[in-house]
Amino acid sequence: MDQVFKQTTSAALKSRYDYCAGCGHGIAVRLVAEVIDELGLRGQTVGILGVGCYSTNPVTFNFDCQFALHGRAPAMATAVKRLLPDRLVFTMQGDGDLAAIGTTEIVHAATRGERFTVLMLNNANFGETGGHMAPTTVIGQRTPSTPNGRDPEIHGYPTRITEMLALLDGAKYVARVALDKPANIMRAKAAIKKAFEIQLSGQGFTMVEVLTACPSGWRLTPVESLKWMSEVQMKTYPIGELKVAAS
Amino acid sequence: MNCNRAIVEAAIQAGCRFFTGYPFTPATECLEQASHRLPAAGGVYLQAEAEVSAINMLMGAAIAGFRCMTATSGAGFALMQEGVSHMAGIAEVPCVIVNVMRGGPGFGNLAPTQSDYRMATRGGGPGDYRCLVFGPATVQEAADLTKLAFALADRYRTPAIILSDQMLAETTEAFDLGDPLPEEPVEKWWATTGCKGREPIYMGRPGKNYGPEAEYLSGNLTLNLIGLARAGRDPDTFEAHMLRLAEKYHRIEAEEVRVETLYLDDAELAVVAFGTSARLIRPAIERARSEGLRVGLIRPITLWPFPSRLIADAAERVRDVLVVEMSMGQMVDDVRLAVNGRTPVHLFSTLGGVVPRPETVGREIRQILGLVTADSRA
Ligand code: SF4
Repeated sequence: MDQVFKQTTSAALKSRYDYCAGCGHGIAVRLVAEVIDELGLRGQTVGILGVGCYSTNPVTFNFDCQFALHGRAPAMATAVKRLLPDRLVFTMQGDGDLAAIGTTEIVHAATRGERFTVLMLNNANFGETGGHMAPTTVIGQRTPSTPNGRDPEIHGYPTRITEMLALLDGAKYVARVALDKPANIMRAKAAIKKAFEIQLSGQGFTMVEVLTACPSGWRLTPVESLKWMSEVQMKTYPIGELKVAAS
Repeated sequence: MNCNRAIVEAAIQAGCRFFTGYPFTPATECLEQASHRLPAAGGVYLQAEAEVSAINMLMGAAIAGFRCMTATSGAGFALMQEGVSHMAGIAEVPCVIVNVMRGGPGFGNLAPTQSDYRMATRGGGPGDYRCLVFGPATVQEAADLTKLAFALADRYRTPAIILSDQMLAETTEAFDLGDPLPEEPVEKWWATTGCKGREPIYMGRPGKNYGPEAEYLSGNLTLNLIGLARAGRDPDTFEAHMLRLAEKYHRIEAEEVRVETLYLDDAELAVVAFGTSARLIRPAIERARSEGLRVGLIRPITLWPFPSRLIADAAERVRDVLVVEMSMGQMVDDVRLAVNGRTPVHLFSTLGGVVPRPETVGREIRQILGLVTADSRA
């Protein structure tokens, strides 16, 4: 019988699995691991993990990882990639981590054209703290810190940081993907692989924003969450490639 | 060559291969020197967009196993404190940070002070942690201590801080770079360079241990709030981490104190000063001695670990202790703790960039010894 599914080598369940039911982080971790396996680069990879549920749970990535302070992963990745230019270096950051406290680091890393890949998991809230408003929270979205829904008059507008970064000369590949249905998940994997390949070819800064479901933060069931992602979240954050520089 | 540049030369000789920083007077010459000398030595120099980024770049370099340095001053050093705390207390990685003290508080002025003593020795970042802190008094000593700082930072897996000041930084004097320190190579088994041929390493979270079997704290507050967290927040794991850290700090306190003394054996008055203030008041001590006054000097070279034992012993024999500092009195707290009430501790402080002068300190010395009265102009 043909084997159609197996554990990845680059991600392995160690002792326990702490993501909520329906959380998109597990899928994102799995996709990254599959790509690294396919590229055969597990032994040369350094992941830099920001602060969020994806990093506070027991480590599932089965390769070297550094843990960054909130928002600072691009600064650490900058040093690592410059000192070890032949390694595959990526950051995994949440939308709160990257688009709020970490805006300085991400903008300047992209400006300098640092040759690592940024994977931003956008679940439109601070999942780890309890679902509070993030820069990416969409208009009308209710969170513990926007109990009546996000109101642009009071809370400002959602931040489309990926579009902003795509404008910078140092950025060579910028895409947004969503983990809402199998076809999009396969597209997400292709985008991550493309970003890694462009990194390895030494062209410059690469980034993939990944829309991930956060049923606990959104106060929805896992099934409702996927629907909300395609019907509401994707209106503010349309998916697709935002920038593909000619190589 | 001035002290800022000498420190960078010593760092390169000690094997520093990564330098990052943000221009901040009076530390900027360190960046200038590093910007061409590091690449020539096969290293990486990178100007950061802010001190917060600089310290986190340093953390990335350190966790990847490279000897690395940054240089800054007062307010820039303040911005780095979260990163310093994390490197010292959580990731436990070596690096060397030069803080060229200028006037504070806030952005202060550009003149020399010693008013970051507390921030360096106590830490301005969160939680319980310590850093090695060195207070050089001359360019030669700054070069020597830079080399030592790299060696000890590696040995103890902890940040080391060189506490310079504007006056020392811009002092140009001859120095001998000398040979590299004889060092036993420290194996950096924890360096995250890719796991080829070994188990993966995870660096930068507190845990029972590092490596594949590491157990980390779960911080998933949402899961905790909705009652789904399993063995999540395990205080025992973090307590074990902190106890190990405390044990390391006790070892450093027992083994790494460095201090210079002068005329202390028969002294009635012990003057305690470090760095530039110690250098500037030496003539006052020499002059007092030449006049037959029994005055001695205690010059802490390591500010943490602090030479508390030596000061406590001296306090058994002297009648008075005088602390001279270019601050409102920061090191004086450590001296008072060491003296522990055995003798009176006096403070002579200069503020706002004013430096202590031998004449005024000499008058203070004679006053304490009862040779002149407070209002005498003698
Ligand atoms: S809180 Fe949200 S992001 Fe965090 S584990 Fe739960 S579903 Fe995932």
